[in-house]
Amino acid sequence: MRLSRTARIVLGGITAIVLAVIYVPLLIVLLNSFSTSQTFAWPPPGYTFEWWIRATQNAGAMQAVWTSVQVALAATAVSLVLGTLISIALQRYAFFGREAINLLVILPIALPGVITGIALNNMFRTILGVQLGILTVIVAHATFCIVTVFNNVLARLRRVGGSFEEASADLGAGVWTTFRLVTFPQLRSALLAGGLLAFALSFDEIIVTTFTAGPGVTTLPIWIFQNLFRPNQAPVVNVVAVVLVVVSIVPIYLAQRLAGADSVRSRT
Amino acid sequence: MTTAPATHRASAFLHRHVRTRLALLLSAPLVWLGAIYVVALAALLVTAFWTTDSFTGDVRIEWNLDNIITVVTGGLYRTVTLRTVGVALLVTIIDVAIALPIAFFMAKVASVRMQRILVIAVLTPLWASYLVKVYAWRSLLSGGGLLSWLLTPIGAESPGFGLPAVVITLSYLWLPYVILPIYAGLERVPDSLLEASADLGAPAWTTLRTVVFPLILPAVIAGSIFSFSLSLGDYITAGLVGGTTQMLGNLIYTNVGAASNLPLAAAIALIPIAIIFLYLAGVRRTGALKNL
Repeated sequence: MRLSRTARIVLGGITAIVLAVIYVPLLIVLLNSFSTSQTFAWPPPGYTFEWWIRATQNAGAMQAVWTSVQVALAATAVSLVLGTLISIALQRYAFFGREAINLLVILPIALPGVITGIALNNMFRTILGVQLGILTVIVAHATFCIVTVFNNVLARLRRVGGSFEEASADLGAGVWTTFRLVTFPQLRSALLAGGLLAFALSFDEIIVTTFTAGPGVTTLPIWIFQNLFRPNQAPVVNVVAVVLVVVSIVPIYLAQRLAGADSVRSRT
Repeated sequence: MTTAPATHRASAFLHRHVRTRLALLLSAPLVWLGAIYVVALAALLVTAFWTTDSFTGDVRIEWNLDNIITVVTGGLYRTVTLRTVGVALLVTIIDVAIALPIAFFMAKVASVRMQRILVIAVLTPLWASYLVKVYAWRSLLSGGGLLSWLLTPIGAESPGFGLPAVVITLSYLWLPYVILPIYAGLERVPDSLLEASADLGAPAWTTLRTVVFPLILPAVIAGSIFSFSLSLGDYITAGLVGGTTQMLGNLIYTNVGAASNLPLAAAIALIPIAIIFLYLAGVRRTGALKNL
């Protein structure tokens, strides 16, 4: 297929316009974090650093970031282990029920968050009689994070094939040695990419969190939700949002470099 | 004669017994997903047939069909279901229509360097808090916001809060989730196929329609599952920019929280569950579930 010059320019133009629209609301958040108006009137009546200074002194926000980091790290760790196990099983073995297991992994992300939320809330509280706390949030998050690791690892396993593992076994390496020296190194960048996605998914989740967090557990999205409508806190929320986007560029860039290096090699 | 260490024997045993190896691999994930998720969903289904004590608000195990009948026959639930499905479909169509040209530009037109920058540009907004983005749209759409500031001089006006605002905001929120799988699908289409099609005389449009589109259809459907399902359950966006617009998620949320009627909430929740299962069953044959 040969695209005409016009077609290329039109496609590029659409991409540029849509990206601009994607970034307008984010820029508004950035501008509002400096606005003297606490109700974000447009155009901003004046600019100030006050909210940025206040944000650094905001213990609630810092605490919430820390809670979210803990939850996301724990959920990511669980989903890395479970996602890897399940993708090796589905990709390297043929057995009855593979399709059903595939569906089971996808389900927590395919069903709306509110369903997963009330289903888990109902089970923890009414059926198991467990107190909602940070642990219930981690369990809930890990459940829907498995799929991101699963997808990345499955795609990698499919691409590299099983011949290296067979060669390793033929040369006398045990099951564990083969995994440690052959399979795992092949999966490393896929695990990093999947893990980053899982972390991001957990870090920003609000709906399932609302239903599974105990009263004392304030993750960052919950803190944001509680403070969005408080006149004195809403500008601080903007500051936190801006910082998060800026900080997130580093891991995205790293993941992209890893994935990019692979996809360029396999493109032709 | 020396005996092999226990680890070697275990390894050799596992090497010979494929089924045992498979069972060990699957046991932990299946216990997690089965014991936690499947049981939770099944329990939710069962709760829909229970009732609440009208005095204490506690769930009482008393089997009846009242909640199901309320949901199936109630006019409110029918209206809200139709509205929610309509919004979810519209958001999905808008997102796919916008995502197709962008994903195509990223995968097939842009240089490798440009491609990397564009992927980062699409991914970054995903890290901005979902709530903050909805809130940004709230201030964009509000009376004194950017949209009315831009549109009033040219004689138009901001849609304000309501159903159109919900559709716009949801389309905005889920767009990256639709772009990325379609982009990944296009990346997997070898350039040589496109060249072969051109060499055989097909115009660009024919190649797109008969070669590219069938190949990326599973990826498009994978993207649509995200925008459809995420829209179907959303209640926060409707609450923040929807004015008085209610979605299924709002009804479920109110019944779990303020109204404290978990069995009724469970009965309402069966609607989106049924819709998603129908959707997944419909698209299963296309292989879309492998592209999520």
